[in-house]
Amino acid sequence: MVCACGKEVVDPKKEKLKELLLQYQGQKGALIPVLQGAQEIYGYLPKEVMEEISRTLKIPFSKVYGVATFYAQFHLKPRGRNVIRACLGTACHVRGGAKVFETLKNELGIGDGETTPDLRFTLESVACIGACGLAPVIMVNDDTYGRLTPDKVKEILAKYE
Amino acid sequence: MADVTLKINGIEVTVPEGTTILEAAEKAGFKIPTLCHDPELSKPGACRICVVEVKGARNLAASCVTPVAPGMEVLTHSEPVINARREILDLLLSNHPEDCLTCDKMGECALADYAYEYGVRRGSYQGDKNVYPIEDNNPFIVRDMNKCILCGKCVRVCDEIVGYSVIDFINRGFKTKVAPAYDVTLAESNCVFCGSCVTVCPTGALTVKDTRGKFRPWEVKRVKTTCPYCGVGCNFDLLVKDDKVVGVAPNPTSEVNGRFMCVKGRFGYKFIHSGDRLTKPLIKKNGELTEASWDEALTLVAEKLGEIKAKYGSDSIGVLASAKCTNEDNYLLSKFARAVLGTNNIDHCARL
Amino acid sequence: MRKVLICAGTGCISSGSPKVTEKFQEELSKRGITDIEVYNTGCHGFCEQGPIVIIEPDKTFYCRVEVDDVPEIIEKHLLGGQIVEKVLFHEPQVDKKVEKYTDISFYAKQQRLVLHNCGHINPERIEDYVANGGYEALRKVLTSMSPQEVVDEIKKSGLRGRGGGGFPTGLKWQFTKDAKGDKKYVVCNADEGDPGAFMDRSVLEGDPHAVLEGMAICGYAVGADEGYIYVRAEYPLAIRRLQIAIKQAEEKGYLGENIFGSGFNFRIKIKAGAGAFVCGEETALLTSIEGNRGMPRPRPPFPAVKGLWGKPTNINNVETFANVPLIIKNGADWYASMGTEGSKGTKIFALTGKVNNTGLVEVPMGITMRQIIFDIGGGIKGGKKFKAVQIGGPSGGCLPEELLDLPVDYDSLIKAGAMMGSGGLVVMDETTCMVDVAKFFLNFTQKESCGKCVPCREGTKRMLEILEKITEGKGEPEDLEILEKLAYNIKNSSLCGLGQTAPNPVLSTLRYFRHEYESHIYDKKCPAGVCSALLEYKILEDKCVGCGACARVCPVGAISGERKQPHKIDPEKCIKCGSCMEKCKFGAIVKG
Repeated sequence: MVCACGKEVVDPKKEKLKELLLQYQGQKGALIPVLQGAQEIYGYLPKEVMEEISRTLKIPFSKVYGVATFYAQFHLKPRGRNVIRACLGTACHVRGGAKVFETLKNELGIGDGETTPDLRFTLESVACIGACGLAPVIMVNDDTYGRLTPDKVKEILAKYE
Repeated sequence: MADVTLKINGIEVTVPEGTTILEAAEKAGFKIPTLCHDPELSKPGACRICVVEVKGARNLAASCVTPVAPGMEVLTHSEPVINARREILDLLLSNHPEDCLTCDKMGECALADYAYEYGVRRGSYQGDKNVYPIEDNNPFIVRDMNKCILCGKCVRVCDEIVGYSVIDFINRGFKTKVAPAYDVTLAESNCVFCGSCVTVCPTGALTVKDTRGKFRPWEVKRVKTTCPYCGVGCNFDLLVKDDKVVGVAPNPTSEVNGRFMCVKGRFGYKFIHSGDRLTKPLIKKNGELTEASWDEALTLVAEKLGEIKAKYGSDSIGVLASAKCTNEDNYLLSKFARAVLGTNNIDHCARL
Repeated sequence: MRKVLICAGTGCISSGSPKVTEKFQEELSKRGITDIEVYNTGCHGFCEQGPIVIIEPDKTFYCRVEVDDVPEIIEKHLLGGQIVEKVLFHEPQVDKKVEKYTDISFYAKQQRLVLHNCGHINPERIEDYVANGGYEALRKVLTSMSPQEVVDEIKKSGLRGRGGGGFPTGLKWQFTKDAKGDKKYVVCNADEGDPGAFMDRSVLEGDPHAVLEGMAICGYAVGADEGYIYVRAEYPLAIRRLQIAIKQAEEKGYLGENIFGSGFNFRIKIKAGAGAFVCGEETALLTSIEGNRGMPRPRPPFPAVKGLWGKPTNINNVETFANVPLIIKNGADWYASMGTEGSKGTKIFALTGKVNNTGLVEVPMGITMRQIIFDIGGGIKGGKKFKAVQIGGPSGGCLPEELLDLPVDYDSLIKAGAMMGSGGLVVMDETTCMVDVAKFFLNFTQKESCGKCVPCREGTKRMLEILEKITEGKGEPEDLEILEKLAYNIKNSSLCGLGQTAPNPVLSTLRYFRHEYESHIYDKKCPAGVCSALLEYKILEDKCVGCGACARVCPVGAISGERKQPHKIDPEKCIKCGSCMEKCKFGAIVKG
């Protein structure tokens, strides 16, 4: 990148990606941790980043893409600043998880797997987050909210910018 | 390696250790259907149509990947086996266009052959089908992923034989598809159109674009030939219908290349009957190319070459040969250049 | 010295335990008290009651403790020696408050061996683990046992794989030990993906060193010098605690080079999963560690012969490894004295669903389902009637009331059409529709199918579609037969365990609750009142006071009526969301 003054501008994300690739280059089984690391840096997996990973690790681009689309964790589109995971697992299912999920969809005006236009929230349904004793449960980023009812949703959303 | 003796359908068979049940059954004369198996590729054991019953085992075993064991008793066509194969065919057909009448693969389709053999008329499940647009934005291959059964042979051949890895599986479960990265078309990928994927595809998912609707496999005579392009010397079959070459197909007995070819040999045969091809010599008269007899043309060329040689010397002439000519032709041309014209200015183009 | 143990498992953290910890520290230092130690522990298993605070050595068990309760606990209990009644556990069966955790029926009837440290030590402090006899088993094998003696000991204990299949662990170790190879691996399967299961997470969070020690012992026995733990990415806390534990163990010399001066080297790396249930299948897990799409490989060759990167690999589950140090320390005979003929030791279950006490329970093999659900679980929530218990997750099955006295062990469960699985127990009451449950599991396995083999990829999709059809009231009589035929063929011909067991929830519900399927198909009714397409909401005229609350809450305007007059629901407009019924204070709205 070159800015108006003509000096090279260092893209900090690119630098981090370089470091990440350097760390894993030549290691066996590096692809998945590298994709995880890249997603950590960029918030999702942009095409150019996957191309760079393919080139550096010398793994065919088709394979990189195949791996990225196999695992639920990887996202190929930009994601919201806050990710809501609504559990629809067995325990949550039998304790009204679906209603909480519906309320989330209505409040945010988006569907499963979608991101609000202001990139504030991404909403996802998940099969189980292993907090069944607290069903129904949602996670916002790394925070877990349990024993939920639809009316608590608004209050939780307000905590995240 | 030690030998292993087992029973297949009650018949004793002895094979070397490490042999698969499929290979042992073949040796004993029992035909087991396969879709994802290819002896030249790695073995995923994915399609499950080759399952057999092994006495004492909890489930049916995929014969293509299960090694024989001493004393093993195998049934290749028992009732549970037939039921499983029928179910697999039913499931595949339930997610398939079932338009065999107009399918280019008819007559060479493994899926259709097994459906016929096992009496599965159609897919019985009335649910979702994957619907993909048919891809034909390149001159060589038509990709109809609606007919893909995800056996993965194309993925493996592109990786293990060709070494390009243009395609891989993407997504997972029912939404699994074979595609280049970002699900672009082959034309937009780094595909070199060698056609190896078409060769190994068991269904109508990958077919040759040019010959669609032109002939059925039983209508053509196959004539083995050597590729005229480069010096590797690949062999393949010309497909001949009504005394015309209508296509090219690999011939597995080819010593040099087996079933695998490059884009030129696989798809570059149309010059044979091209209207642009010269069949008679042309001589420019009054600024226009006019047909002439061979005698007339050869005399003219001999005269002109003689004139040039006399006026400017032998080394003023250069000769360019073609790798598409036979060795004999090229030998003669080289002899002609050196002995008759008297020049060593001879070269050729190998990359046609 | 008095100790305040505050749970810092995922469940209690989400219920607010970090703030409770802070408050304790703050309040104690404010008062200048230094002889009371406050620290965080791993999971107590009683997550629903979180945040849990335990006062030792009094054995006092405080639950659902809030920040505001802290000063009172300090003043009254720690300083005054009196129990704080309001945060004691209320035992539903006897309707009484209970003071000590040893007296709570949820704990009293358990046998916590693998979980003995969970909730009692600080998992982020190796000293705690060592003080409780940790790494003694590793020292014992490295200084006084040959690898074969270790394998023999595990064989003799009768330990079977806790990940679901129940394969004898000692035999598995023997295969890897006997396999030829210059390099061998030990892999811990911590890709706990069954919905409703969280025992592995709790062990990793509450006692990570037990797993590391088990793996190192295994490494010595089979001849491996490198181990991998494959943890699902959804368990960030477990990953963090493992990282801390590995670092501490390396610093103390329990992992690394020349452990206990024996010349044995062993290192452990963590691999975080990327979100694919099928990676719990051992060959898919190995494929995933290698950096590929997690698609299973055909067996044979088994991982013991050709595993990670083609090398002999022993792969066990978290709970299996956590059992190993116990067996070595206390001896195989001690271990084999617990459990049944074919299933030794204890098993941890995640008890969830419509049961009073939900949480993690560790019980001896062979205990009955009734004891788990009613004695430990405290019976069914809200006094409702027990209908079924789902065991073994998506691979398991639903067992009916008639089988409540079935001993819980590997072989009895298989015979009954279920399986141990990783140990999820989901209790269902009369308001649960068994067809809906079957549909739920099929939906899960269908989504998680890797797509490699035809029976699983295409077959589970078709099974799900038929179940959807039935729950929508469009089922036809022949559907049940088609389901059974399809289920049989999928089980029989799929490539891996996921496909081979995917039909179990359908087969077991068809076996024990066929009448429910038939009601959906023939009478177009859902007996449990769950399948919305088959429900009708009605307003009882005599009970409706015409307050209009239902009409206001109805999202689609299906309810109409004059004020103070009985209202009506338009069945054409009604989307059967049930909001009206929840809102009605007079019990005037019924479904059926």
